[in-house]
Amino acid sequence: MRSPKSPVLTIDGLIKDVGPLPTLDGKMLRVVSDVSLVAGRGEVTALLGANGAGKTTTIECAQGLQKRTGGTITLLGADPGTAGAELRARVGVMLQDGGLPPSARPIPLLRHIAGMYRNPRPLDELVQRLGIDSFSRTNVRRLSGGQKQRLALAAALIGNPEVLFLDEPSAGLDPQSRQLVFELISELRDSGMGIILTTHLMDDAQRLADYVYIIDAGRNVAEGTVAQLLQHNMPEAPHKDHVRTLRFEALPGLDFTGVLAAEVEIRETRSGSYAATGALTPEDLAALTAWWAHHGIMPGSLSMEARSLEDVFLDISGREIR
Amino acid sequence: MTTATGSAPAPLLRRILLQGKYEAATMLRNGEQLILAVVLPLLALIGLTVTPLLDGIGGSRVNVAVPGILALCAMSTAFTGQGIATGFDRRYGVLRFLSTTPLGRTGLIAGKILAVLAVLVIQVVIVAAVAFPLGWRPDPLGVLPGLCLLVLGAAAFTALGLLVAGTVRPEATLAITNLLWILLGALGGIVIPMQRLPELAQNTVHLLPSGSLGEGLRDAFLHGAVNGNAVLVLLMWTVLAGAAAIRWFKWN
Repeated sequence: MRSPKSPVLTIDGLIKDVGPLPTLDGKMLRVVSDVSLVAGRGEVTALLGANGAGKTTTIECAQGLQKRTGGTITLLGADPGTAGAELRARVGVMLQDGGLPPSARPIPLLRHIAGMYRNPRPLDELVQRLGIDSFSRTNVRRLSGGQKQRLALAAALIGNPEVLFLDEPSAGLDPQSRQLVFELISELRDSGMGIILTTHLMDDAQRLADYVYIIDAGRNVAEGTVAQLLQHNMPEAPHKDHVRTLRFEALPGLDFTGVLAAEVEIRETRSGSYAATGALTPEDLAALTAWWAHHGIMPGSLSMEARSLEDVFLDISGREIR
Repeated sequence: MTTATGSAPAPLLRRILLQGKYEAATMLRNGEQLILAVVLPLLALIGLTVTPLLDGIGGSRVNVAVPGILALCAMSTAFTGQGIATGFDRRYGVLRFLSTTPLGRTGLIAGKILAVLAVLVIQVVIVAAVAFPLGWRPDPLGVLPGLCLLVLGAAAFTALGLLVAGTVRPEATLAITNLLWILLGALGGIVIPMQRLPELAQNTVHLLPSGSLGEGLRDAFLHGAVNGNAVLVLLMWTVLAGAAAIRWFKWN
């Protein structure tokens, strides 16, 4: 585990059993068996994992919503399992399902929640920033998914917290809302807030996270900055910074043996679609295009990307559906 | 956006008062809740004063009817109304979200109890305003004990409502609390005094929260008497249901 300059949340060896469950002959089910992580101030720390990996359970133990079975959790110097209102005032929570009463209207609801704090954030600023004014007279039950998410984020921020928990923040967001929410999250991070994000969307983690913990089947399986994780399990390469995947479409069944450097793997992913992954160099690109020119091949499509976090995640947790 | 530094909770009492006010306003804005809390009890009051159902109990029709109507009001608000609202709040994650704010779980429950009491006060005022012109004359000695017993009854029914709301699905809460409202209201010793019920029922009804609250309120408002048994039974239900709710209430 790394040690950030100013940790806001430390989880060490978390264990969580649920049950007894009738489906397990009355036995307990261990949903989190060993999760450890550290989240720092002024950083976005992401918990990445498939659905059912134990992310939400871990975070709910950190929020004091669930009692842990074992391990230790320190949130802003206190144990969230026993801490009181003083700690809760410093922590903002955006739940996966929003947790907003369907019959409420946005502004009175936010004003009500603001009343629970001594120094809440100015309501107008938050309402304007998250575009809540455009639906301020609509009941929560009539809001779209994206509007609900923005309102839930406002509700989490109204108390001016030092730590912010976001559970699947981009669920149901349209592209505009997503952009808005992501910009706000980055700004809050820069202002010194410690942000803990749980998501199964690699793209969210890749765009927002300073540090990522990958959780699978209730335990840590990998961690690092996005850049570090992208190097995970990569063959030894002289220019690690240049790890890329090049994709192109051409005739099926082409043989590229000897065209690219030995450490670059090239395969035909489906008929006529090729992917070359590895430390691609400008020389590789030149060799490939020269080979196409020599054989009179013009690719139907051509793209290049850094290896995605999704590739890393699938490498680590396996590709089979569970 | 403004820099995030050191937030603090509002004082405990202020948080609870705010939540109580918010929940009471939500209950009063809800049409179905209003029908249950105000319209149906008033219809029952009028029905019992224009029909001979309560004749021969030892008081004018309205004097016998009003204590039972007040007991019905307590059951409407504390058990059925609060139970259904809490059940759906649980479904939508409202309870979980609010327990992450400075309000917390204890403040949330305290706010709910406060909201029940606030709505109950409004119900008592409305029922009294309708009952006085109909000739309601409570025994002056029984008014204070009667109101205290009404609060105790509301406490027992709140505990029972939270127990149901916290342990079964909201649809089941809806069905259970509405069904019990009708059954207990009609046959549980609330509006129809025990001596009018079948003999078999009489032996059990005084052990129910409904029967003890109905009889206790009639003893207080009709005769100015304190019914010690009713107080004990209601205390027992409050403690048992409260303990069971604390033990088994599921927040999500």
